[in-house]
Amino acid sequence: MEKDIRKGAVLFSEYNRGEGIKKAIANSREDILFEIRESKLKGRGGAGFPTATKWMMVAAANSEEKYIICNADEGEPGTFKDRVLLLEYPQLVFDGMVIAGYVIGAKKGIIYLRGEYEYMKKSLEDYLEAMKKDNLLGKDILGKKGLNFEIEIRMGSGAYVCGEETALIESLEGNRGEARNRPPFPVTTGYLGKPTTVNNVETLASIPHIVNKGGEWFKKHGTDKSTGSKLFSVSGDCEKPGVYELLWGTKISELLDLVGAKNTKAVQVGGASGNCLPKSQFERTLAYEDAATGGSIMIFNESRNMLHVLKNFMEFFVEESCGQCTPCRIGNVKLLEGVKMIEKKDFTFAYINQLKDLGRTMQVASKCGLGQSSPNSFISILENFKEEIFNGNGGHNGK
Amino acid sequence: MLVLEKNAMTEEIELLVDKYGKGRSSLLPILQDIQRKHKYIPDFAQQEVARLLDIHPVEVFSVVSFYSFLNTQPKGRNIVRLCQTITCDMAGKTAVARALERELGIKFGETTKDNKFTLEFVNCLGMCDQGPAVLINERVYPKVTPEKAVQILNEVK
Repeated sequence: MEKDIRKGAVLFSEYNRGEGIKKAIANSREDILFEIRESKLKGRGGAGFPTATKWMMVAAANSEEKYIICNADEGEPGTFKDRVLLLEYPQLVFDGMVIAGYVIGAKKGIIYLRGEYEYMKKSLEDYLEAMKKDNLLGKDILGKKGLNFEIEIRMGSGAYVCGEETALIESLEGNRGEARNRPPFPVTTGYLGKPTTVNNVETLASIPHIVNKGGEWFKKHGTDKSTGSKLFSVSGDCEKPGVYELLWGTKISELLDLVGAKNTKAVQVGGASGNCLPKSQFERTLAYEDAATGGSIMIFNESRNMLHVLKNFMEFFVEESCGQCTPCRIGNVKLLEGVKMIEKKDFTFAYINQLKDLGRTMQVASKCGLGQSSPNSFISILENFKEEIFNGNGGHNGK
Repeated sequence: MLVLEKNAMTEEIELLVDKYGKGRSSLLPILQDIQRKHKYIPDFAQQEVARLLDIHPVEVFSVVSFYSFLNTQPKGRNIVRLCQTITCDMAGKTAVARALERELGIKFGETTKDNKFTLEFVNCLGMCDQGPAVLINERVYPKVTPEKAVQILNEVK
């Protein structure tokens, strides 16, 4: 496997194993929480919930048993940053989990690794063993009395929806990976009904740096609302695909230059569940407040057929919808049918407009975040590339 | 299933229950181990898991049928999974798929007569920067070309 990594100033800055843990346990829980709140770190999975808020709720919950879960079920098409983090920088992820355990008062951490990544399980287990030997895991960590923490690796089995936190918890509990109704939120009623924080791999990997260098330092990077850096998984039509650490607030056009993308027609920001942006929007910035993403950047050049791209995405959602709620289960099938109609040039605009309405209904009526974001690419591709797809001519493609 | 095979299966599942515990949250790890060894989870195994975990067999079936890496029907000894998601598609997935089909004489979704290979499509393997990607059992192969695909099959054989 090749390593295509471009290191930036924050996440991939220098770090030695255990450093963050040492610093964390020398301080009080409140101080660490304060630093994380100062840093304004937001969840890196895509939803962007403030990490400190989540941790405070779990820390405040009155329970003997609490859990910290690392969500390593990256199934979003075009995302592979967790693969790189876990293979090359496990010290950041696991130190982040131990610090989380200390701060929220959890004794157990679980990393939910997607089934497709089974090949890295062995190396992660070896890594955890080494941490135990160095007293960074186990009982009385680094000599701190009463600080016990262990990490278990659990495997997924090829379900995209398990990346949703409540579906992930269901899966850990031995059920079908179907999202739960919220509230109650996992922070009060999570794994086995206990207070649980579910964090993305990249979020946890940011923690040791924040503890080490302070929230102020972290906040200096990025934009006001999106602090720090982000790992972008860049793939598609470019010379140098790979994982890029860039500061939040980078323009899409800057990123395209960096990766050597030429004749770019479209950029899919945020994977299959994200939005597809045309050339006119390449000056937008990558940030929570503008073009938000969990890190997936897929680049399409002039030679690509956008309808074909859309069909691929819709087939993905039809296969991966968990089937629990109707808008997502039936809606995606209908949207895919619509794409096929356009492909055969056998459609009316009235019906396509109805399907867009259906898409907007799915955005509000689906039960979980994955269902709610599944029509995004349908709506954005048909809007942004309508010239190319419909080509005027009374509803039929003139070509 | 022969009685002997059934007994062996029961014994195997008892060991797994000992290893992972009797709680419901052990269900997935137990099923994953059975899947890894047998490449599918026979009806009898599902019933035994249900009996030993003290849950209804339908609960076990509902879990097995939900996850795409757990199967209720027998598969080949090596499951070849080709990523079908867009960037692997753009990098030449179709040519690799045709080469695999020609070489093994089966279509995607089928198993060879000698029970050596099953061909399947899979969604994003997280190798988008190095597509097309193929996952054979637990091992991932990046940047697969039609020629390389055939070479990999020969290695696995």
